[in-house]
Amino acid sequence: MASWTSRFAPIVPFALPVGVIALWQLGATTGWISDRVLPAPVEVAQTAVRLTLSGELLGNAGVSALRAVSGLIVGGSIGFAMGLINGLSRVSERLTDTSLQMIRNIPNLALIPLVILWFGIGEEAKLFLVALGVLFPIYINTYLGVRTCDPQLVEMGRIYGMSRWTLFRRVILPGALPSIFVGLRSALGIMWLTLIVAETIAASSGLGHMAMEAREFMAIDIVVLAILIYALLGKLADVITRALERRMLAWHPAYQSR
Amino acid sequence: MTVFARVSAVGPQETRRPVETGRAGPTLRGVPASLGTSAGAAITICGLEKRFGDKVVLDKLDLTVPAGQFLAVVGRSGCGKSTLLRLLVGLDTPTAGTIDVSSSSVATQSRIVFQEPRLLPWETVEQNVSVGLGEGRLTPERREKVALALAEVGLKDRATEWPSVLSGGQKQRVALARALVSHPQLLALDEPLGALDALTRITMQGLIERVWFAQGMTTVLVTHDVSEAVALADRVIVLDAGRVTLDIDVKAPRPRERGSADLAALEGRLLDAIFGVADVVY
Repeated sequence: MASWTSRFAPIVPFALPVGVIALWQLGATTGWISDRVLPAPVEVAQTAVRLTLSGELLGNAGVSALRAVSGLIVGGSIGFAMGLINGLSRVSERLTDTSLQMIRNIPNLALIPLVILWFGIGEEAKLFLVALGVLFPIYINTYLGVRTCDPQLVEMGRIYGMSRWTLFRRVILPGALPSIFVGLRSALGIMWLTLIVAETIAASSGLGHMAMEAREFMAIDIVVLAILIYALLGKLADVITRALERRMLAWHPAYQSR
Repeated sequence: MTVFARVSAVGPQETRRPVETGRAGPTLRGVPASLGTSAGAAITICGLEKRFGDKVVLDKLDLTVPAGQFLAVVGRSGCGKSTLLRLLVGLDTPTAGTIDVSSSSVATQSRIVFQEPRLLPWETVEQNVSVGLGEGRLTPERREKVALALAEVGLKDRATEWPSVLSGGQKQRVALARALVSHPQLLALDEPLGALDALTRITMQGLIERVWFAQGMTTVLVTHDVSEAVALADRVIVLDAGRVTLDIDVKAPRPRERGSADLAALEGRLLDAIFGVADVVY
């Protein structure tokens, strides 16, 4: 029993998606699913190959990924810095936290009309929206992580003569890290959501634009392909975050293989 | 480490060590010679007062602790014993009065061990102990000091592990190593064994006694466990409402036999002083 589970353990997570695709293929081949509702997986795969060969798919995916990552870096850095500053300084927290909470509650997608008026459909619009979207989850969780840092450990650090910088580096920041990762995970979700919506509405390239253009030509296979790629990109982001967590939170009991 | 580690580490023929003469007395067997000897600090407390608002926690307290003495402070909770300890190591400032901690060496260093180990969960055992050495990278030289301190508490082979895989007693031993690695002249122990189970506690008591014997620092142990105080200390004081109500020397030879009649009598006296004779039900 144990050998059975260990032998198949790596493929278990993929059993469900593969099964769904198999059923889907079966449904499409037997004509149970109309190809005007959902094209067969094989057809989608052929489209993927075709678009890859023409360079269209990779080009659009690259553009989207670049936008996503740059938005994440810009918004994430700002959120991270604000979270640290407000977590460490009462003055700064009193000054800015209320304003940040107000802005946070505006759905960032509600700004699309305004952003189009400001930036047109250029890159700045997407960067702005993605950055704004990822800023808050990272801000809040960084702030929370710093604030909930164990005061007993901070006292210990003081007793042992740690300088402020060392105290931050060895006690406060590592203590806040699990919380910061929670923020990063939810930021990644918001990042894709914002980007795809923004590209669907106001863009001339990218995956969202590709899907929107395909809809106009009734190319349902491309629409489905785009959606599948979102799923894969989401999984990819998750894998990267997990790897980072495993590395940086190796001390945490939850990440120790036992 | 077994429960009887103390018995095997402390040879029966080595009897009481004269406290006042510092490190000149007999040594315990089984203690590495390379540990060196740091003289203990002498403590002189004059008219010490600590108030939190209207509440008087320490009331014109006078106390002199000779260098190298193992002093235990007992008393009911809220009697001011932990406050006294925090003042001793400079974690708090007195409302009035003076505390003078001085030793022969240039810089007097005091270290405190709390009831909780307070280890950094994201640093290995080795890195945690290196915190006791102050700022700086873990150079080979520092690593050696850390290894010595860990050997002293019997955790030499756990240097690269995370604190989360250690037991409560082991974590507390790492905390002790962190306090000892810089060879302090004053070691303050704030109920360090309070959270441990009874058997681990006996082992740890033996360890603390051995380390104190080897390093010779002045040690102040705050505890609510009277038998622990009597088993370890040269001298026990009882605090009540911020004042010393009893101050007795424990003259029993080391290693002390648990449950001996002498110690039991002392325990009785201490408990009487803590609760008042009328309250105690024997």
